[in-house]
Amino acid sequence: MFIGAIGCEPLQLARVHLEHSHSLEVYQQHGGYASLRKVLTSMSPDDVISEVKKSALRGRGGAGFPTGMKWSFVPKDSPKPKYVVCNADESEPGTFKDRYLMERDPHLLIEGMLIAAYALGAKTNYIYTRGEYRYLIDIMDRALEEARAAGLLGAKILGTEFSSEVYTHTGAGAYICGEETALLSSLEGLRGHPRMKPPFPAVSGLYASPTVVNNVETLTAVPDIIRMGGEAYQRLGTEKSGGTKLWSVSGHVNRPGVYELPMGYDDMEKFIMEDCGGMLGGKQLKAVIPGGSSVYIMRADQIIGKDVRMDYEGLVAGGSSVGSGGFIVMNETVDIFESTKNLTEFYKHESCGWCTPCREGTDWLVKVFKRIANGGGRPEDVQLMLDLCDNIEGKSFCPLGDAASWPIQSAIKRFPEDFRKHLMVNGQN
Amino acid sequence: MSTQLINIQPMSQPVDIGDEVASFSSEVEAEIDSHLAKYPVMRSAILPLMFIVQRERGYLDAPGVAYLAKRLHLRITDIWEVATFYSMLNTTPVGKYHIQVCKTLSCKIMGEPGITEHVCGKLGIKPGETTADGRFTVSLVECLGSCGTAPMLQIGFDYHENLTPAKVDQILDALP
Repeated sequence: MFIGAIGCEPLQLARVHLEHSHSLEVYQQHGGYASLRKVLTSMSPDDVISEVKKSALRGRGGAGFPTGMKWSFVPKDSPKPKYVVCNADESEPGTFKDRYLMERDPHLLIEGMLIAAYALGAKTNYIYTRGEYRYLIDIMDRALEEARAAGLLGAKILGTEFSSEVYTHTGAGAYICGEETALLSSLEGLRGHPRMKPPFPAVSGLYASPTVVNNVETLTAVPDIIRMGGEAYQRLGTEKSGGTKLWSVSGHVNRPGVYELPMGYDDMEKFIMEDCGGMLGGKQLKAVIPGGSSVYIMRADQIIGKDVRMDYEGLVAGGSSVGSGGFIVMNETVDIFESTKNLTEFYKHESCGWCTPCREGTDWLVKVFKRIANGGGRPEDVQLMLDLCDNIEGKSFCPLGDAASWPIQSAIKRFPEDFRKHLMVNGQN
Repeated sequence: MSTQLINIQPMSQPVDIGDEVASFSSEVEAEIDSHLAKYPVMRSAILPLMFIVQRERGYLDAPGVAYLAKRLHLRITDIWEVATFYSMLNTTPVGKYHIQVCKTLSCKIMGEPGITEHVCGKLGIKPGETTADGRFTVSLVECLGSCGTAPMLQIGFDYHENLTPAKVDQILDALP
């Protein structure tokens, strides 16, 4: 599997190929913790937030919310403790970038978290990792121990007045806990149900205290932003999408992997056909899900010759979105009815059951998919599925309902023949 | 207290709670203390502690659940409501080796059906079943974050990626 940068110097992936890249020694030999030192000795918390704002860094977990703005929502005068929580509950189908960041460069995450903790005044911080990634929790625990022993974590970090702790925490198998408020519920020892927003976590998050929840990829971008300056980082990408982005490429390409691309990389066709080594077995490209299972599926003819730029604005213009960067490539042999059924089963399994539209809606959708797959498809079933999606989208408590609806709505719109085919088997259409 | 709460559950499931409370070695107790020390609120340690109980007792059995309630100063129902929410927590026994084959899209299109068929054929069970000798349980699970190295399966906490039927044979045959 490929791991590396294309079209730019690697930032977040700069050290992943070094021997013992996970060790403090190697990390420090390659400039590690210099940004933390710079922040603690020469910058105020407001300076840090200002640099992150200038960087145009947007949350890499999927929602794409500007990170500097999120940080600035934390009230400065609150008497409550503040928390930085790293969302390492990477569960979006097609996404596996955070895994390699933590496996190969755990100190980069620790440094990013400590810079965030300094900017926000947080003394206690947690890394919430999905339970299946147990080996990564072990890697992080060892890295935290190394950092603590070297005076980079805990009391009086680097001899300054700043003290902050980072702890690992384990999930136990629940996609919903990647949603930030559900993650906080889970971290408090409850079922992973999302919470009403507002109040947003920045005001009332973990233990009802001001909390910032950021994805692994977001936090690991911070040391480079401090090192090179917010404006220089932003210029690597586009005006509104600063810096670089990791894309997890899977499916029918010759070279799957984690690719670091500058935001605004031009263009998606070249990325698939050249950078990813082209289509596996020389088969025809049929569809791409570019941003994790929740985003709109794209047809090959929306990509080939269409010059789709790979950033937040470019992908929206191209008919989908960046999401988590989980880039799933499918060739002509894939039946989009089957692939959409597979994803709908995922959302049904992962719906937390808290609100009715999502819990019942995803269950009914799977029932309709199964009936069609078993030869009982009726001509009106496509409309029935769209109606069900309409009753979930925008009407569920958290974005999981939307995420369950969009793949179906876009698949029916863009691959109607793959759905119609299953209804015709019955001779009814 | 606990028996009464279980009895009025709307979805009645016969659960024999018993009076037994699990006990653990001093090493395990120390490990539990190290997790509790991370949080200002004890309840936050519920998931890490459940994994420890599960590791020590095979699954979250009634004495294990009673232990967690006592240790965390919670009610039995507080423990059960969390235990039944998360897919990695087992409230019924599983085999010594829990083989979890990823069935989500990237694995699906890269050969998961063949891997599942091979694993199940080799063990003579269907997904969701345990072999008669209690050694193996096979489950189909949702995305495990190995999409670039699909198809894959996880045994316990160990990832096995880029699978072929021959590689599956090697892995299973090498288990002690």
